[in-house]
Amino acid sequence: MVPALETHDLTVSYHKRPVLYGVDVEIPQGSLVGIVGPNGAGKSTLIKSIMGVVPSAGGWVKVFGKPLKENLHRVGYVPQRESVDWDFPVTVMDVALMGTYGKLGLFGRPGKKERLRASEALDKVGMLPYSNRQIGNLSGGQQQRVFLARALAQDSDLYLMDEPFVGVDAATEAAIVTLLQEMRKSGKTVLVVHHDLQSASEYFDRLILLNMRLVAYGKVEDVYNNELLQKTYGGRLTILSEVADQAAKM
Amino acid sequence: MLDFLIPGSGSGKALMAAILLGAGCGLLGCFVVLRRVALMGDAVSHAVLPGVVAGLIYSSDRNPAVIFAFAALAGLLGAGIVRLMMTTTRLKSDTALGIVLATFFASGIMWQSRNQQDTVGVMNFLFGNVGSIDASDLRMMIVTTLMLLVTVFLLKRPLLLVSFDEGFSRGLGYPVRLLNALFYFLLTFSVVVALQAVGVVLVSAMLITPAAAAYLLTDRFNKMLWLSAIFGVLSGMAGALVSASYNDMPTGPVITLSATLVFAIVYFVAPRHGVLAKLLRVTNRKNRVRRENTLKSIYQILEGEGFAHSEVSLIMLAEKQRNTEDVIRRRCRALVRHGLVDYSPDKLSVQLTETGWKRAMELVRNHRLWELYLTNEADYAEDHVHDDAEKIEHILGSAVIRQLEQDLDFPELDPHGKPIPQLPQSHPQQFLTTKP
Repeated sequence: MVPALETHDLTVSYHKRPVLYGVDVEIPQGSLVGIVGPNGAGKSTLIKSIMGVVPSAGGWVKVFGKPLKENLHRVGYVPQRESVDWDFPVTVMDVALMGTYGKLGLFGRPGKKERLRASEALDKVGMLPYSNRQIGNLSGGQQQRVFLARALAQDSDLYLMDEPFVGVDAATEAAIVTLLQEMRKSGKTVLVVHHDLQSASEYFDRLILLNMRLVAYGKVEDVYNNELLQKTYGGRLTILSEVADQAAKM
Repeated sequence: MLDFLIPGSGSGKALMAAILLGAGCGLLGCFVVLRRVALMGDAVSHAVLPGVVAGLIYSSDRNPAVIFAFAALAGLLGAGIVRLMMTTTRLKSDTALGIVLATFFASGIMWQSRNQQDTVGVMNFLFGNVGSIDASDLRMMIVTTLMLLVTVFLLKRPLLLVSFDEGFSRGLGYPVRLLNALFYFLLTFSVVVALQAVGVVLVSAMLITPAAAAYLLTDRFNKMLWLSAIFGVLSGMAGALVSASYNDMPTGPVITLSATLVFAIVYFVAPRHGVLAKLLRVTNRKNRVRRENTLKSIYQILEGEGFAHSEVSLIMLAEKQRNTEDVIRRRCRALVRHGLVDYSPDKLSVQLTETGWKRAMELVRNHRLWELYLTNEADYAEDHVHDDAEKIEHILGSAVIRQLEQDLDFPELDPHGKPIPQLPQSHPQQFLTTKP
C-alpha cells in the first residue's frame, strides 16, 4: 500500500528565515498522527507547507504516491479556528457546504446531494440543530466542530488539522478524539497539530516530534521517551537559529 | 444594440446611470467590507485620476471606452504597486495604500493643470456630475455593469470562500491568486463605472456605505448582496434627482450623503445590530433585574417572618429596598403586569402568585447556591461573595444550577446559615399562594 503522505527534505522559510529544515516523514494509510513540539517549532508551518498554503523552499510532498496537485481532492484541511473572521455573514450550514465546493469546481452550485452530505457531516459532530445559526453566535468548541464538519463533508482520505483542540471545552475535546478514532477505523489518515504533550501520547498512535527539524517520528511507544522529548523541548537548537538569523540578514 | 435600454431624456440618462452604479458598487462593496479592504477602494479610486486625464488628453472625441480603459489601467497599476510594496518591504497595507493614493492623485492633478485645454471636463470626474453622462457613456456603463453582475453571480461562492478562508480555498485547489486578482479587477471596474457620476474623491463611499448598512441588517450573505445593491441604487437615484433639481450641485456629494442617510437610519433601527435594539435589550434586562430584586425582597420579608403570612405591605417593602413608597408602587405595578404578584383588595400590600413564588425561590436559591459555591469551591471569603451573587443570580440557567447542586452535594444551607429553597415541586404546601 502506498503511504498516505510522504515528505522528502521539506524546507520552509518565512521572509528568507528558514523555519523548517529538511523534514522526511512517511505516513502509512490509516494512522492517527500527532505533531508536537514547542512554540515556534514549525508545527503549523509543516501542515501549511504540505497543503501548499505556504510555499516550500525545497523538498517535495507526495500524497498517495502522487504530487499533491494530482491528489488534492483526497486531502481535507482544517485551518486554525482563529484564522477566519467569525463575524462573516454565513451560517453553520454554509460553512459545512464549503466542504463540498472542491468537487463542484468554480462554477458549480451545491444541490440536494451536497446539502445531504453537509447535513450528515454536521450530524456527526452534533451541530445539525444549529444549521441556521450565524457562525459568530457559537462557542469556541462549537466553532471547531463546524470546521470539522466542513472537513468531513469533503469526504477525503487524508486529513490535516491545525490545532483543533485549542480553546475548546472538555466535552468537545472528547467528542473530537472519538471522531478522530472513528475516522482512523474507517481507513482515513489523520495528522493533527497538538500543543499538549500529556494527552498526545493517549490520543495518537504515531507522533512527529518537531523543533525546526524532525527530531523523531514513529509509534508512540518508540518515540515518547525522556531522551527524545528532552531533545524536542530542550531549548532552541542554537546553531540552526543562528544560521537562520544570518540568512535573514543577507 | 443596447440602444433600446438608453432613455432619451437627460434626466432619464442620469437616473439610469445612478441605478447602474448603485447596483455595481453595492454588490462589490459587500466583498470590500467583508475583506476589510475599504481603504483599498479609496486608493483605487484616487489612483484612476491620471488615467482619466490621459483619456481626456489622448481621445480627442472623448471616447468613453478610451477613458474607461485608461482609468481602469491606472487603478489596477495603483493596486499592483500596493501589493508590490507590501511583499517587498515590511510596510503594511494601510501605509502602502496611503502612499499610492496620494501619489497617483497628485500626479493626476499636476498633469491636468498642464493640459487645461484638453481636460475641460475633469471636474465632472473629480466630484461627479450625472448631467454630463451621454448615450455613449451610458452604453459603456451598461456593458461594464452587466459584466460585473454576471461575474459576481457566477463566481459568488468561490469569491466568498476566498474572502472568508484563503487557506482552506487553497486546500480545495481553488486558483486563489486568480480569484484575488479578479476581485481587484471587479473593484476597479465598479469604481470606473461610478466615476463620472460620483467622482474620484467620493466613489469609495459607494463601495463602503451601502454594504456596511446591509451588513448591519443581516447575517446572510445573499441577503446582504441584495440589500446592499438596493441601498446603492436608492442612494444613486436620490443623488441624481436632487442634483437635477438644484442646478450646479455636484452629484457625488449628494449621492454620498444619501448613502450615509440610509446607513444612519439602519444604524439606529437595525433589529439585531442597531443601536436602538441594543438600547432596548439593555433596558429590558435592567427592568427584569429590578423586578427580580423586588421579588426577592418580598421573599426575604416573608422568610424573616417564618412564612407566617403570605402578604407583604408596600411600606415594609419600601423599608427593605430603602426606597420611597412611590417607587415601590411603580415596581409592584410592573410585577402585577408580569403576573408575579397580586394586590390585596386595599392595594396596600401584595402577595406572590404561583409564578411569582417559583421565580422568587429560584432567585434566592441561585443566590445562595452561588455564594456557597464561591466560598466552598473557589475559596472566597464569606463576606466577599454577596455582591457577586447579586449579579449572577439573574443569569444562572437550570443546567448550571443542577451542576452546582451536584458539585456541592445538594446543600441545604448557604454560607451565612440561611436555608436554600428547594425546587418548587418539592416545596412545602405553605409556600403556595392561597388566594383569598
